[in-house]
Amino acid sequence: MRSVLGQAWAIAAKDLLLEFRSRTAFLSALVFTALVLAIFNFARDPTAVSSVDLAPSVLWITFSFAGVLGLNRAFSVEKENRTIDGLLLSPASRTALYLGKALANLVFVGAVEAIALPLFALFFNVPLLDVLGPLVLVIALATVGFVAVGTLMSSMAVNTRFGEMMLLVLVLPFLITPVSTAAEMTAKLFAHRPFAEWAPWLKLLGAYDITFVVLCTLVFEFTLEE
Amino acid sequence: MTATASAERALRRGGVLMAVGLLMVAGVYVRALLFTPEEATQGLAQKIFYIHAPSAWVALYLAYGIVGIFSVLYLFLRDPRLDLLASSSAEVGTVFTTVVLVTGPIWGKTIWGAWWTWDARLTSTLFLYFIYLAYLVLRSAVEEPGRRARYSAVLGILGALLVPFIHMTVYLFRTLHPMPVVLQPGRPRVPGAMLVTILYSFLAFTVFYFGLLWRRYAWARLAAARAQGDAEGGADATR
Repeated sequence: MRSVLGQAWAIAAKDLLLEFRSRTAFLSALVFTALVLAIFNFARDPTAVSSVDLAPSVLWITFSFAGVLGLNRAFSVEKENRTIDGLLLSPASRTALYLGKALANLVFVGAVEAIALPLFALFFNVPLLDVLGPLVLVIALATVGFVAVGTLMSSMAVNTRFGEMMLLVLVLPFLITPVSTAAEMTAKLFAHRPFAEWAPWLKLLGAYDITFVVLCTLVFEFTLEE
Repeated sequence: MTATASAERALRRGGVLMAVGLLMVAGVYVRALLFTPEEATQGLAQKIFYIHAPSAWVALYLAYGIVGIFSVLYLFLRDPRLDLLASSSAEVGTVFTTVVLVTGPIWGKTIWGAWWTWDARLTSTLFLYFIYLAYLVLRSAVEEPGRRARYSAVLGILGALLVPFIHMTVYLFRTLHPMPVVLQPGRPRVPGAMLVTILYSFLAFTVFYFGLLWRRYAWARLAAARAQGDAEGGADATR
């Protein structure tokens, strides 16, 4: 178990170092996020819908699309340079490969979210600081579920025609649970509702995370060449 | 040549079952329109239940269940026929889901006054439809048969687990959809004539589903056998 985690960490560190050196994917995901947030401001009528009512959905639509953009990177870099064969030949197990890729994606998406969140608070004038703790928990849980499924799907999508479009078609149906529960909880947090009101959503999201992290780890090896 | 011959035989037999199923479905129309009493409050609009409910049973439970089961079996046994069965069931299931999503709004417009609402059942059916479509699109985007089979099995399994989650997610919202009147605790709350019609419609649609599945599966096997024959014939010609 320790060796699997060690291998996973090595793979994640390799991916993050590659990304840190070029920063292309990170910067484009960040600019994309800022653009989506800005466009949403033009696409609403501020006199009809107050920004606090609209904010949860804007936040989660932005995070979903920015996340999918980030997921594409994980396996496309390996495909471009045919380095996936090297990873498969290395002593690292397939489980470690999945966990490593998922971990790197988690850091990548988490970093985009960490920068997008203050921007979102600024654009939509949402009092973020009062609810920051629970909101970060909600974002973290939703991101884990999303990255678990997304990493698996991107490993398949990269080997299909129109891979980037395919990833969206494959991942978006799976976002209904994490995104709708997270958006619902975000709305309740902004409205300062008591914990008891959003506890059922939290339980459901937790169950989703556990189920899909385990399942995706188990089936990942079938998405690789034998 | 034997693979082609046996696939052709399966195609004919599947055709017979499909014709029987089609006749039975025609019987549902006759029985529902002529021999079943009209519902007191909903009037004629309620007749659509005899198509809508059995299609939903086939699409949401039977067809998707078979996709999930054969996907798991494929990953363990690696028999290409299991993959063809799962994908045939997905195709047939997509057709039945389309029927559900077309008949539902027709009834909804009459009774609710709106074609569509973001109600629990409607939303979960729509998302199941998206998973079916993703499955079919994924298959069309992968050329190599072994890889296509593995990818679609993985998606089939993940989708089968997503369905209960969609169900629970949308159940946390309120629902407008009528609750089951037949499959519920206690005795069915419908008059005998309606109960007979609805049970018969479930049977008819189930038979029709298996007819379509069998024929689609035989067709897929025939295509695979012919592709193999062509490949071998081509190899002979070059020799």
